[in-house]
Amino acid sequence: MSKAMKKVKVIKIDVGKCNGCRACELICSAFHANPKYSSNNPERSRVRVIRDPLKDIYLPVYAGEYTPAECAGRNRYVLDGREYSECDTCRASCPSRDLFKEPDSGLPLKCDMCDGEDEPMCVKWCLSKALTYEEREEEREEEPKLGEMEIGLEALVNRHGLQKVMDTIARLSKKG
Amino acid sequence: MGYAEAGFNLEIDLTRGNIERVACDPNLAKLYLGGLGTNAKILYERVPPEVEPFSPENLLIFGTGLLTGTPLPACNRTVISTISPQTNLMAYSMMGGFWAPELKYAGYDKVIFRGKSSELIYVWINGDKVELRDASHLKGKGAVETQELIKKELKDQNVQVAAIGLAGENRVFTASIEQGRSSASRLGIGAVMGDKGIKAIAVRGRKDVNVARPMELLQLCNEVLQYVKEREDKPVPNVMPILAGLGSPQEMLHTDEKWHTENFSWGNSRERRKDFWTKEIEEKWKDVQENARTRLISCYNCPMKCGAIISLPGMSTYMMKCFSKLTYNMAAFVDDLEFGFRIAQRATEYGVDGFSTPQIMAFAFELREAGILGEEHFAGCPDDNEGKFYWILDRIVLREGIGDILADGTYWAAKKIGNGAEAYAHNNIKKHEQLPLKLGMLNPIYFLMYSTGEKCNITQIEGQFPQAPFATMEEREEFVSDWVHVPDEKFKQYLLDWEMRGERSNPYYPTVDMSVDIVDWQEMMHYLDDAVGMCAGMSSFPLKPPYHIHNYPTIISAATGMEMDEEGLKKIYRRIRNLVRAFNIRRGLTRADEKPPEDHWRKRFPELEEELLNAYYKFKGWNSQGIPTKETLLELGMSYVSEDLEKRGILSYE
Repeated sequence: MSKAMKKVKVIKIDVGKCNGCRACELICSAFHANPKYSSNNPERSRVRVIRDPLKDIYLPVYAGEYTPAECAGRNRYVLDGREYSECDTCRASCPSRDLFKEPDSGLPLKCDMCDGEDEPMCVKWCLSKALTYEEREEEREEEPKLGEMEIGLEALVNRHGLQKVMDTIARLSKKG
Repeated sequence: MGYAEAGFNLEIDLTRGNIERVACDPNLAKLYLGGLGTNAKILYERVPPEVEPFSPENLLIFGTGLLTGTPLPACNRTVISTISPQTNLMAYSMMGGFWAPELKYAGYDKVIFRGKSSELIYVWINGDKVELRDASHLKGKGAVETQELIKKELKDQNVQVAAIGLAGENRVFTASIEQGRSSASRLGIGAVMGDKGIKAIAVRGRKDVNVARPMELLQLCNEVLQYVKEREDKPVPNVMPILAGLGSPQEMLHTDEKWHTENFSWGNSRERRKDFWTKEIEEKWKDVQENARTRLISCYNCPMKCGAIISLPGMSTYMMKCFSKLTYNMAAFVDDLEFGFRIAQRATEYGVDGFSTPQIMAFAFELREAGILGEEHFAGCPDDNEGKFYWILDRIVLREGIGDILADGTYWAAKKIGNGAEAYAHNNIKKHEQLPLKLGMLNPIYFLMYSTGEKCNITQIEGQFPQAPFATMEEREEFVSDWVHVPDEKFKQYLLDWEMRGERSNPYYPTVDMSVDIVDWQEMMHYLDDAVGMCAGMSSFPLKPPYHIHNYPTIISAATGMEMDEEGLKKIYRRIRNLVRAFNIRRGLTRADEKPPEDHWRKRFPELEEELLNAYYKFKGWNSQGIPTKETLLELGMSYVSEDLEKRGILSYE
């Protein structure tokens, strides 16, 4: 594959500044609604704040790749006196938990940095500045860009196997 | 598909263990919005005046605001309505936090409880699946502790839990309902929850809340956030720091407490300590607060950080906001702020109101000193002020010995104790303890708010209009220059002409009519906030807030799709105001009840006060007894109320 300069979008998360209001979750779910902003539901959000106020844990985590299997081990991190499970910091939509799945279909969610906006909506709505946005150039191998449908299908394939998905599509197309 | 509303209420009959999901009448939002408005409508129709606070027929309603769950910043209030055991009138205490949005996402606008459970239970609302669960293992547990235990039991940190502590279980009349950093604490609603056998309500939601005109609403929300940012860089000049910004008073951020400690009264609302705030105290208190405060925190979808996590060695962590950091110190005459943070932790776990409870405690020790309560009631009580207050708090919450009488609040306790004790229950309005504030000159605006406020709590009625005149004309002109919030230009003139001394000063200026105008504006914003679910700290309470009567109609319309203009919204406000009033009138509220404590101001003006009350009633369309007239009710389309009042003989003498 050829190499090219690529714009990398970065959300910097300052957990010390997070006030736990979850505006990021709310506006993310609204942005990704169809039509845009027509509905609100943090469960559909691609960012979730791992909150445990009495332990002073406020950790915004973004949805990353789907994973078909959970980790073999579950480590725990102690950072600055606060104990986090490995899952708290993990971005995966994973069979071990409910996080980052569409509540209706169970399909995995993934942060797309609010493609098309000048900055992600979660950053824009974070007045505490726990979330800030920057872009930087990086040399990267070029990858074909997966469309939204392809991401969804890929996840279904990972989950149910290619044959089952193809059978289902064949059945559905007959019905149509 | 409805917009902003979930469209369903949850009706729970605790006596029979019956749970039903009931569709809301879609027309109600047009008439009463939601939150307080629709809570009041339900109470009016279903709770006749003969129902006692602790009767199974009393309802306990947990309502969300009409716009809660939409992206509107700070629109997160839970409005809890029932009959107050203390005032025997409507209680509608509220809390911020995360509970109401979660309920909306679970698919409900309200949870309405009736009956009583024979065993202590907790309610688990997991979307469509709703259960009443055994809570015997939570009996006696702290309100904060209970929330944590339930989250652990349900294995989900995103569950939001509203819980009572031991005070609610024991039906202490100042018992609160706690949720995260928030608490609905006025008027004893925690006691009603305890009486119904509900230890906690846990909720988790995964459904959508839809809005009618998404792009327009987003734009309006962005304007609100932009305004909040600008306002942060531009505090209102010439007022004290806690009034200069937005939000609930920023007591967790600011450590300068000169104003509260020197202007509010100590003990049983008795003594002002005008030289309290020394350099030494200032440094010490700053250290204590910064050491205790782990983080400043917010409610759902709100950029303001009004609350804090409080953590001190040797006690479990809890959360706090606003003035409760000082009330125990001041009631107990303890100069060490750490005592305040420590006793508030115990009080929060017990689940008691931080305004009333310290006054009840100070009241008890005054009665002891005056010989009205004998030493036999204080066997085992330590001698030091700190120890005494912990001891009496325990007695009250456990309802042990004299604590059993005190647990009903100063008004009822004084009646039971007799022997002159009534004179010591001196800081009540409508049988409810007020802020410990005793001032010199009568302020006509505050006179009206104190007298007529149905929420019996000044901070939930005041706002918008400066609390005192500005010293110079330059300051006044600067203030009005960007005062877009006024419902009418005349309010600017009221402020420009308001002087600290002379003819145009308190008590005769603002004039009677101006005072009525100003109070009506203040009330209007609070009633609208309470109906849409907006936090007063971002709307009705602070000076120059992001929400006001000019942008509310567009916002409500964009979110719900209802047609709305200022006149229409003002009419809805008047409808809710009259409904709450009629409900309380039906329960026996009279003109005689509408007065601030005798000693609230040193200088009183009986004739002027009568005149103020007359003018206020007239402006509202009420008769001389403060009862909404038939004309007023019919104009608002509330014939069901006028017919009811007539049938009961309340309106017959007109």
